[in-house]
Amino acid sequence: MPPSVAADDAPSEQQDAPPPPPATEATRREPDTAPEQDRERAQTPKVKTENLSFWYDEGDTQALDDITMAIQPNEVTAFIGPSGCGKSTLLRCFNRMNDLVQGTQMEGRVLVDGEDIYQKADPIMVRRRVGMVFQKPNPFPKSIRQNILWGARINGFTGDEDALVERSLRQAAIWDEVNDRLDASAYGLSGGQQQRLCIARALAVRPDVILMDEPTSALDPQAAAKVEETITELKKRYTIVIVTHNMQQASRISDATAFMYLGWLVEMSHTEKLFTRPEHQRTEDYITGRFG
Amino acid sequence: MEPSEAQPATAVPPDVDDGLSNEDADLTKNILHSPGERAIEYALGACALISVLTTLGIAAVLIVESVPFFAEVSLTSFFGDTRWTPEYAEQHFGIWPLLAGTLMITALAAVVALPLGLMSAVYISEYAPRSVRTWLKPALEILAGVPTVVYGYFALTFVTPLLDSFVSGLSTYNALSAGLVVGVMIIPMVASLSEDALQAVPRSMREGGYALGATKIEVTSRVVVPGALGGIVAGFILALSRAIGETMIVTIAAGQQANLTADPTQSIRPMTAYIAQIASGDIAQGTIVYDSIFAVGLVLFLITLGMNLFANDFVRRFQERY
Repeated sequence: MPPSVAADDAPSEQQDAPPPPPATEATRREPDTAPEQDRERAQTPKVKTENLSFWYDEGDTQALDDITMAIQPNEVTAFIGPSGCGKSTLLRCFNRMNDLVQGTQMEGRVLVDGEDIYQKADPIMVRRRVGMVFQKPNPFPKSIRQNILWGARINGFTGDEDALVERSLRQAAIWDEVNDRLDASAYGLSGGQQQRLCIARALAVRPDVILMDEPTSALDPQAAAKVEETITELKKRYTIVIVTHNMQQASRISDATAFMYLGWLVEMSHTEKLFTRPEHQRTEDYITGRFG
Repeated sequence: MEPSEAQPATAVPPDVDDGLSNEDADLTKNILHSPGERAIEYALGACALISVLTTLGIAAVLIVESVPFFAEVSLTSFFGDTRWTPEYAEQHFGIWPLLAGTLMITALAAVVALPLGLMSAVYISEYAPRSVRTWLKPALEILAGVPTVVYGYFALTFVTPLLDSFVSGLSTYNALSAGLVVGVMIIPMVASLSEDALQAVPRSMREGGYALGATKIEVTSRVVVPGALGGIVAGFILALSRAIGETMIVTIAAGQQANLTADPTQSIRPMTAYIAQIASGDIAQGTIVYDSIFAVGLVLFLITLGMNLFANDFVRRFQERY
């Protein structure tokens, strides 16, 4: 199935718009998009789900219903939707964090670089390739330096630790603020700094994909802006998937946006298109604040 | 010696009730104008005061009652002499044999209880499936409810004969058997306090570890246990001060000879055992031997008090605020 198509099971009674045209590369892209980016589009997706359904509580509670989507490399993809719509659950399927929850069931496939991460891959190896940043900054109660090195060390890193610390902190745009106190406790940092430290910590393991679960919702606007800048910078090297409640944030930083509702993927397309010309009434209602 | 005082773990995370605390204080202020509420407050305060006053009373009695003893036995000989022979013709009152006996029991108990207790806690908190967890923790806590006199005879009539079959030169009354059984007795306390501390490490901390590609043992040993260290060590210290104060097991199984020895197969006489044996014997009040139990009691009290203060201080310094 091509990327960005609306889920077939989306509630249809709300659809005032004509049925979505077949979502090809051409219809999805804005005509004025740089040709360079078009070439990127043509690449194989970084992460793909095929008919993914997910249940909690031994199958009693369905959280995801037949999700098929594709995440393009070196882009920021945002998941939006009202609370409980399944966007965090979907995100956590991408690095098998849901394995840690007891009593869950899954159907369908999740592919990273074409490989089914639930079939062959060891969850530990999956999480080394697909890093994660959480809603609340969760640095370890250790020094800034030890926080960066923690993941690298358990993954058998033997290279130049100082260089790794500096590179990771620079990529997360926090080096200038902390380079004079690397051995101080991470708990002495502000919330925004802690969150960027957590991003740096994830980068130190050298993942390809970084999942972010509402990474700025616990931060004040200035700190959030810093983190957003960092994310924009990071997409040059990484593929980023971000769950957000903040639609301005999604429109500011993401290239593609998926709108989810009650476990369905209602609509997924180029961010500008989704926010200006949504294909589904429910998407429009949500982004204009009529519900949610 | 309230265990709950030293559990860092159960403290409410500071960010949970931040927005409400001021409002709460204002509400309380208004309510306290009512005389009924005030009476309740004073009644509850009086209840809390009882345990404080009791502790102070015990300390005062120990100090007052040991004055006659120290009038006859100088502090120099109390801490300088290496013999404790109050019941013999030639009386010596050097505290070291009793202190060494207590320390040996405590050390043996620590060797048994700290690793086993901590590992049980790690299993219950991190590894056990919910179905096992629901019965294992209560089952472990039942161990804490066994009367210590039962443990004492368990040591004397079961553990000592068992050890005798492969430890040569074991006395009938010995430190080894008593110390091991004291250790078994405090396992539930170590496990329970450590488990509380492990549980207080937030889920987000574990998730942070897993998200970096850590295995379960890596998350447990490098995130959860270090994060809970303050509470775990406080639990250790409280459990050990419980071992120091344990009386019945050592009175029954460790013996009555105050040997100054490092050999656990020999009979020893911990401070608590001495106090119990003299207090329950036919020693007349007002004699120096009788007075000596208050002096020993004072030393014991100061040791456990010091350990509990240290535990509280340790928690305050090491406690991680998540």
